[in-house]
Amino acid sequence: MKLELETAAAPETLRRVAIDPVSRVEGHGKVTILLDDDNKVHQVRLHIVEFRGFEKFIQGRPYWEVPVMVQRLCGICPVSHHLAASKALDMMLGVKQLTPTAEKIRRLMHYGQILQSHALHFFHLASPDLLFGFGSDMAKRNIVGVVAAHPEIAKKGVLLRKFGQEVIRMTAGKRVHGTGSVPGGVNKSLSAEERAELLKDIYQMVAWSREAIGMIRNLFEQNLAAYNAFGRFPSAGMCLVRADGAMDLYHGGLRARGIDGKTLFDHFDYGRYWDVIGEDVKPWSYMKFPFFKALGPDEGAYRVGPLTRVTQCDSIPTPLADKQREEFIAFDGGSVTGATLGYHWARMIEMLHAAESIKDLLHDDDIVGHELMATGERQERGVGVIEAPRGTLIHHYRVDENDQVIRANLIVSTTHNNQAMNIAVREVAKQYLDGREITEGLLNHIEVAIRAFDPCLSCATHALGRMPLEVAIVGADGTVLDAATRDQRGLTREIP
Amino acid sequence: MNETQTFQLDGEDIPFAPGQSIMQAATAHGAYIPHLCWHPDFAAHGSCKLCTVKVNGRFGSSCTMAAQAGMSVENRTAELDDKRRTLLQMLFVEGNHFCPSCEKSGNCALQATAYELKMMSPHFDMFYPDRPVDASHPDVLLDFNRCIMCSLCVTASAEVDGKNIFYMGGRGLLGRRVHVSSESGRLGDTNFALSDRAASICPVGVILPKRRGFAVPIGERKYDKAPISAQVKERV
Repeated sequence: MKLELETAAAPETLRRVAIDPVSRVEGHGKVTILLDDDNKVHQVRLHIVEFRGFEKFIQGRPYWEVPVMVQRLCGICPVSHHLAASKALDMMLGVKQLTPTAEKIRRLMHYGQILQSHALHFFHLASPDLLFGFGSDMAKRNIVGVVAAHPEIAKKGVLLRKFGQEVIRMTAGKRVHGTGSVPGGVNKSLSAEERAELLKDIYQMVAWSREAIGMIRNLFEQNLAAYNAFGRFPSAGMCLVRADGAMDLYHGGLRARGIDGKTLFDHFDYGRYWDVIGEDVKPWSYMKFPFFKALGPDEGAYRVGPLTRVTQCDSIPTPLADKQREEFIAFDGGSVTGATLGYHWARMIEMLHAAESIKDLLHDDDIVGHELMATGERQERGVGVIEAPRGTLIHHYRVDENDQVIRANLIVSTTHNNQAMNIAVREVAKQYLDGREITEGLLNHIEVAIRAFDPCLSCATHALGRMPLEVAIVGADGTVLDAATRDQRGLTREIP
Repeated sequence: MNETQTFQLDGEDIPFAPGQSIMQAATAHGAYIPHLCWHPDFAAHGSCKLCTVKVNGRFGSSCTMAAQAGMSVENRTAELDDKRRTLLQMLFVEGNHFCPSCEKSGNCALQATAYELKMMSPHFDMFYPDRPVDASHPDVLLDFNRCIMCSLCVTASAEVDGKNIFYMGGRGLLGRRVHVSSESGRLGDTNFALSDRAASICPVGVILPKRRGFAVPIGERKYDKAPISAQVKERV
């Protein structure tokens, strides 16, 4: 992927516009834009300004504590970390095959997580932009505005998320930060009552997930040219696939395709992910830049997540979602499969897949079984990879003979997408900002591009669209020429 | 002369046998007096002070004070619970008690007592003491970060197991804690066994059987089922 607009030739001569923090994403990040006197864009960077340190402070902790501790990375998709860590420690314990009950309970937990996270992102975070327009009235462009203007849509979003969280509660013990998955298996299965309670509502969830796909499809049909062009760029991609090439969000081998669509590696054993993935660092960001080693750090960036998974898998193993995948790929000659906003459509197809998978699992008697744990021959290290809502998530641990973690490496979905998000915002800056007077509506276009990836910068989703935003235009000599601040009450005031 | 003697605990008549402490008599009757270092199987230690009550208007440790006929004992008053909450807050900040990832969560007397006394925050600044984890024993993990210095492991190892594996050592607020009495100071160099009474006596998450963490799901842990105060009544 290209590095255009990453670094300006003479930044000291340019003025800087900052979007800080980026809102309606999970966590804290900012965007800086360097412009010349004619408002021509010279540099755009997405910075992740958080430092967490989990890889360091789990060193010395007993390994069985890790799945519960590392999930605290996030309040939105803790299940992904909980399961990736458990999978890594399964491998460390030499457990090659979980019991059927354990694997299905973990899958149920994971699909519950995909359902609630995708619903949260689409309805709560992204729908205000899509329903009202990227540059629409800021006072309405939030979930409260959606509730007022489209109460039925908002209600379905809330209830879809609630259902996913109930699935998590029944499998993990709590809606957020449970303990259900343990190295080697799970600590509970479903009771007959829990199973019946979920079965009562699952068909409604499948129906609403189908409606959500119809909604994003309609939006594409109404705005095809603009949606397709928005932040569009050619990209490589990576995801897990099942042995037969089908989508599998819980387990599989790694599949990577280059910008030209050609396969770089397929069904690659993730236990040696470091043979194919490297991690680059840049002086201006705390977040690493992963790349395919075969292509090098400059050319080897890639993206992960719903769009990559839906377009790179050979099929989706639930019928309704697979039909939607076919329609998505066929739509307008396949143009949406390369669109940044295509992420939203792909995400809703995955939400349907998650709902269908939950339905299938609820009809499987293994989920009320009692064989919960498996054992194996202990290994020194373990790698666990899962397709989290936002993309491929890698956990890697080494454990010593005293059961203490001595090394940990985590590559989270948003890290894989680092370069891709940077390129997307540069494309949008070129398309919408170049040579124009900067307005809040235009700056929101940058955030719309970032939101398409549903980045989890950690956990701060309660902004309700009234994002605190400071924009300062600084002259070449460092003086503030113009500035605007939007505070928590959603007001904009000019600072002389 | 066989008439049962009683004292009053928060207005309720509590029968007692001669020689019983206020704590012993109250517990036998199903009345809960908050405590951490007291255990019914061992002699009272009187160190945590959480069981402090007011006897005839004066403060005293209910675990060490003998019950006497006609005593008027205040226990769950706002004044006493407020002081107990402060003691708990000090215990929390003096150690490293991270309940969210602690495998003892739900089975921990310190956590359950904090819930019982409605402790909503640590209030004081955290000390973050530098305490080691001893994973040298093949079956048992020691995480001294969570030690509240109740001494129950010291007593159990000495009096029941006859091994004297643990002792209280070190000086000062940050230095004093339970130590292991081997030459290396490591549990792996002792004859400690998972079957020892001391291995299952810890009210918090210091002495833990290895490789079993989080085996009990949320909802089925000891204090998920009923608050610590109600469990005293249930036992009776």
